[in-house]
Amino acid sequence: MNLAVKSLLLVATLGLAACNNPDRYGAGGAGGAGGAGGPGAGGIDTTGLGDPNNPASIAYFNQSVGDRILFAVDQSTLSPEARTVLGGQAQWLLANGGYAAIIEGHADEQGTREYNLALGARRAAAVQQFLISQGVPANRLRTISYGKERPLEVCSEEACYAKNRRAVTVLSVGAGV
Amino acid sequence: MRTVVRTMLALALGVSLSGITPVLAQNAPPRIVIGAPVIELMPIAVPTFIDEGGAGDYAAEISRVVTSDLEGTGFFRTIGEDAYISRITSFDSPVAFEDWKAINSQVLITGAVSVSGDRITVKFRAYDVFNGQVLEGAALQFAGTTQGWRRMAHKVADVVYSKITGEGGYFDSRVVFVSESGPKNQRLKRLAVMDYDGAGVQYLTDSASIVLAPRFSPTGDRILYTSYESGFPRITLMDVGSLDRRTLEDQPGTMTFAPRFSPDGGTIVFSLESGGNTDIYALNVGSGGLTQLTNAPSIETAPSFSPDGSQIVFESDRTGTPQVYIMPASGGEGTRISSGKGRYGTPVWSPRGDLIAFTKQNEGRFHIGVFRTDGSEERLLTASFLDEGPTWAPNGRVLMFTRETSGAGGQSGLWSVDVTGRNLKQIPTEGPASDPAWSPLLP
Repeated sequence: MNLAVKSLLLVATLGLAACNNPDRYGAGGAGGAGGAGGPGAGGIDTTGLGDPNNPASIAYFNQSVGDRILFAVDQSTLSPEARTVLGGQAQWLLANGGYAAIIEGHADEQGTREYNLALGARRAAAVQQFLISQGVPANRLRTISYGKERPLEVCSEEACYAKNRRAVTVLSVGAGV
Repeated sequence: MRTVVRTMLALALGVSLSGITPVLAQNAPPRIVIGAPVIELMPIAVPTFIDEGGAGDYAAEISRVVTSDLEGTGFFRTIGEDAYISRITSFDSPVAFEDWKAINSQVLITGAVSVSGDRITVKFRAYDVFNGQVLEGAALQFAGTTQGWRRMAHKVADVVYSKITGEGGYFDSRVVFVSESGPKNQRLKRLAVMDYDGAGVQYLTDSASIVLAPRFSPTGDRILYTSYESGFPRITLMDVGSLDRRTLEDQPGTMTFAPRFSPDGGTIVFSLESGGNTDIYALNVGSGGLTQLTNAPSIETAPSFSPDGSQIVFESDRTGTPQVYIMPASGGEGTRISSGKGRYGTPVWSPRGDLIAFTKQNEGRFHIGVFRTDGSEERLLTASFLDEGPTWAPNGRVLMFTRETSGAGGQSGLWSVDVTGRNLKQIPTEGPASDPAWSPLLP
């Protein structure tokens, strides 16, 4: 199957998902692009993830390659573990040229809204720059920060904070963003 | 009784160098000096305003709002009607001052309300009971549509507060904020405005996109905020009357946030992030011209103008932790003013120019605090799991901020506190709320 056909199938599977709209956390959109986000309030988000056994699927990327990395408090430096995951992401993106990615930066709730927005952006940019350094074309990558607006875990303890200080690479179909 | 009270007050005056002290020297007008430890609340009487025709519930409701405004300051105690010796039966009849002195009411506020069609007229007088005369300038009439009845009540209270404290009023003002719903990991947010006391909520947006940190223009007719409506965080300008809104500075690959107007309304300062680095920029509202004010690899955000427009206080983590700096309005490196332990953010210059309020994070707690514009005389006014984002009342004497509780069920609410640290209280809102920003005093 050539890439164009594969992309068409994915588009069909994804339906009207607003792939290039990173505000997948909004309540009124046409649907999210999957990944870490839960369903929007009041609606049901439908996302085709494909077969996790298919190395070219979003599910494979999210689960086997790993779609997210974690950061230390206040930091945006990439740990050795993070670099390993991101190396895998870069390889996958290079092998699957039909996808673009939006890198979401997040912070834990210990900090002001404004500072955490800037910190999330710094984290997303660190991932973007690493992926570019590994050969992923810059025009396939965009960044967004959610600051502390979208925690993954909701407790107010370090166990949750550690999972919330993250950058998530969210795939969408399309060669550029 | 009168002698006893006067003695107590004289003692209070004698020991209080700063603080809120009801002062009643012989024949001096009733006076509250805002600035330090509280000694005693000033007793006042606000008999239900007289219905001079068609007023219905408005008379009692307006009296209730006036009372609530004044009591809400934490400086006044309203004497219950059951203690009254005489009644106010007519707005223009002579007042039996001895009867009000006997119950130790230092100030008596009388009023009358009339309604005709959709027009309402509210008049009032505030008396210095012990001198038996109207407080200078505190005898006014307001007229307008019945829709404005609460504002008229706030104006009555503003005049009385202002005459007694010597400070500007702040009751006839609005607060724009973010109304929240939904669980912590899927919080829905929409912009809303309310009276400063939480009444009269109006929603300005739906909750389809995340909205953050709204700010009023200096005349209160426009609101700046950060919206994810385009998919990315963008500073957005809304006209309060028409609710028309437009995105400012929509450059691809960047993120804009933390906007705030200059005091003359001609400039918007904000943070612009590009390639992971956040700096402060100024946008000329008229020409659209953009000027970069800071240029550092660190995070520079949360800019706020001095009231004369000459300087900008902001937050930077150039030393490793967020701290507060001041730079000229034309930009520059800035001078650090925060010097205590911990992290400092969201600085906001008082409309009086004397103080800067901030969020402080230290040893796992958050505080709202104030210091002088050189960073000296730091005072922490609150402490909790998460307090952030102070906003000044128009008179620079009260702060409102966001307080969020911890844990999976954590929720935000709006709280206010005096600049002295007194009178901490939650503002009643329908649901969870965050990011308050006070309007100027309404005209």
